[in-house]
Amino acid sequence: MQKKTIAVLLSILFMGAGQLYNRQYLKGLLFLFIHAAGIYSMLQYLQDYLRGLITLGVQPSAMVKVGKLTKMVEGDHSIFMMINGLVALLALILYLFLYGLNIRDAWLVGRSRDQGERPHHFIESLREINRKHFAYMVLALPAVAILFLTILPIIFSVLLAFTNYADPILPPANLVDWVGFDNFVKMVNLKVWSSTFGGVLTWTLTWAVIATFTTYVGGVLVAVLIQQPGIRFKKLWRTVLIVPFAIPSMISLLVMRNMFNNQFGPINGYLRAIGLEGIPWLTDPFWAKVTVILANMWLGIPVTMILAIGVLTTIPKDMYEAAEVDGAGSVQKFRMITLPMVLFATAPIVIMQFAGNINSFNVIYLLTSGDPVNSNYQYAGHTDLLVTWLYKLALNQSQYSFASVIGIVIFLLVASFSIWSYRRTRSYKEEDMIA
Amino acid sequence: MNRGPAAVAKLSLSYVILIILSCISLFPALWIVMSSLKVGNSLFSDTFIPKSFTFEHYINLFQNTSYPLWFLNTLKVAALSTVLGTFLLLLSSYAISRYRFAGRKTTLTTLLVLQMFPGFMAMIAIYVLLNTVGLLNSHWALVLVYSSGAIITNVFVAKGFFDTIPRSLEDAARIDGASHMRLFFSIMIPLSRPMLTYASLMIFNGSFVDFIFADLVLRTEEQRTLAVGLYRMVSQRNSTEFTLFAAGAVLVAIPVTMLFMFLQRFLVEGLTAGASKG
Repeated sequence: MQKKTIAVLLSILFMGAGQLYNRQYLKGLLFLFIHAAGIYSMLQYLQDYLRGLITLGVQPSAMVKVGKLTKMVEGDHSIFMMINGLVALLALILYLFLYGLNIRDAWLVGRSRDQGERPHHFIESLREINRKHFAYMVLALPAVAILFLTILPIIFSVLLAFTNYADPILPPANLVDWVGFDNFVKMVNLKVWSSTFGGVLTWTLTWAVIATFTTYVGGVLVAVLIQQPGIRFKKLWRTVLIVPFAIPSMISLLVMRNMFNNQFGPINGYLRAIGLEGIPWLTDPFWAKVTVILANMWLGIPVTMILAIGVLTTIPKDMYEAAEVDGAGSVQKFRMITLPMVLFATAPIVIMQFAGNINSFNVIYLLTSGDPVNSNYQYAGHTDLLVTWLYKLALNQSQYSFASVIGIVIFLLVASFSIWSYRRTRSYKEEDMIA
Repeated sequence: MNRGPAAVAKLSLSYVILIILSCISLFPALWIVMSSLKVGNSLFSDTFIPKSFTFEHYINLFQNTSYPLWFLNTLKVAALSTVLGTFLLLLSSYAISRYRFAGRKTTLTTLLVLQMFPGFMAMIAIYVLLNTVGLLNSHWALVLVYSSGAIITNVFVAKGFFDTIPRSLEDAARIDGASHMRLFFSIMIPLSRPMLTYASLMIFNGSFVDFIFADLVLRTEEQRTLAVGLYRMVSQRNSTEFTLFAAGAVLVAIPVTMLFMFLQRFLVEGLTAGASKG
């Protein structure tokens, strides 16, 4: 029998055995150790954890009679069981992956021994990994961090959408159960949820369109204004107008919340000073929406301005000169040259900004907190976007399962817009453009 | 140059608009600075420039609140996240940009998909995880979450940047016998300074002003960061101590704003690169 076949069979039988047969003792021992640890933890924990993930607990907290006293006995904590189950599942996948690697390694080394080569020493193997698989080595650490701090939590949250984990069913007092698509059905069919969901979704989309449009058009216009031939101190204007971008938005939004204060804020103060009546900026449903859009313009226009100035400087001057010779006025020049050029160069950003605006939490949360409250809504106000509603549902109202449903909806919204645009960008296509 | 009256009118109008826009853009900043120097503690004031100036709110902030402590906490968290986050970001985006390994496309797609989930969605799970590992109320938890999050949000900008660095440079070094690590540290890192500045500034800013996740994780007053402290100051005590908030806001805004203004050039480059995605 060939050495590679024996090595593979041994490795399938017991992780590391193939390596020992190949006389790579240190590597073999390492695999053996992983195998032992894997088997031990599988026997010890895996079954319980996986069963926990499936059942989400069977033993509710209850009063139990112990002799003459009744004692509170803690039951299963569904949420911890779910997370433990997920971690166990990930560990299992990792273990199987290593098992696969071990078999592959045994086969590769066995093959080279069949060809009469001497197997590598441990140090040589390490050097080999560094040379050939540098990318994997480098990516291992970030991958683990992302796996546990992003992927696992997201899977958990997505799973929550299929449970009934919402106030009043909260562990450890109650057991959480899988409910399939019930929450999604409720969100659409149950009047309390569906009217809020419809209203908030409509406002989210309206907001995203208006916010994207106003900042984009505003930014391009300001850029054109500054870049006009004949305007002096271009750098000064640019620096002054970039200030809103430099101030942390959390601070400027909190400041604006005070500026727009109905009674004592300076804006209404000035309006009254010139004889107008103050406007209920933050308390009237309509004006609150106007306020968040204005504040968003203040924050967003500088960004588009920077980008548009970048594009404007690349438009060749002779295009304008040629247009002038043909007798074009400045409006025509703007419409026929500037606008198409800028639009073409910034189209991907518009789509990205649109996707970003769907998720713009800070502007709404810090400025209005989603208020004024809408009495027809379930835990939401007139200016609440899907994201801020999600936040309120999860952190203030403990409606975790519904929050997860909203999260999935947001994901689907954003994903459909961005995948479409990302696929067209260079960074995604790239592939050795620069040799 | 001789300009006709129409052109002069147009230019003057442009200047007027620019001046108005500049006023709007600077107003909130000037107003909050003025408010922080005002006597008393109310939001209302009848003049833009206060009648008399005082530094008592700043002194008050340092003597009667945990502000200095919060400041140190924030600096610690932000600095550590920036260093760790930038390092991880550069390494991973370099590997993705330069090496063709099995599973590379999958990695790219995964990162793309992860970007699209709203960040808050995962917060509860992270909270429970941190709780089981015993990292609640610890600054390290924040550092870990911020720096791993930084990879996801910035990886495409960074990768796009590395894509533009010519391969020939590395090939030359490789022929001279440089190892992968050597190549990365002595050729790629120095070349990527604009992107490095942009990315680290973004990460620094992100961890400096986050008030939501930090609020969830940090349970005690001594552990709090500036953003959390400031947000609580506004949301709880409301506008009764407005001038104190103003002073706090000015002090938080100054370091970040200064950094942004000084590093403007890199920011513009980074934004433009991020926009066209490479």
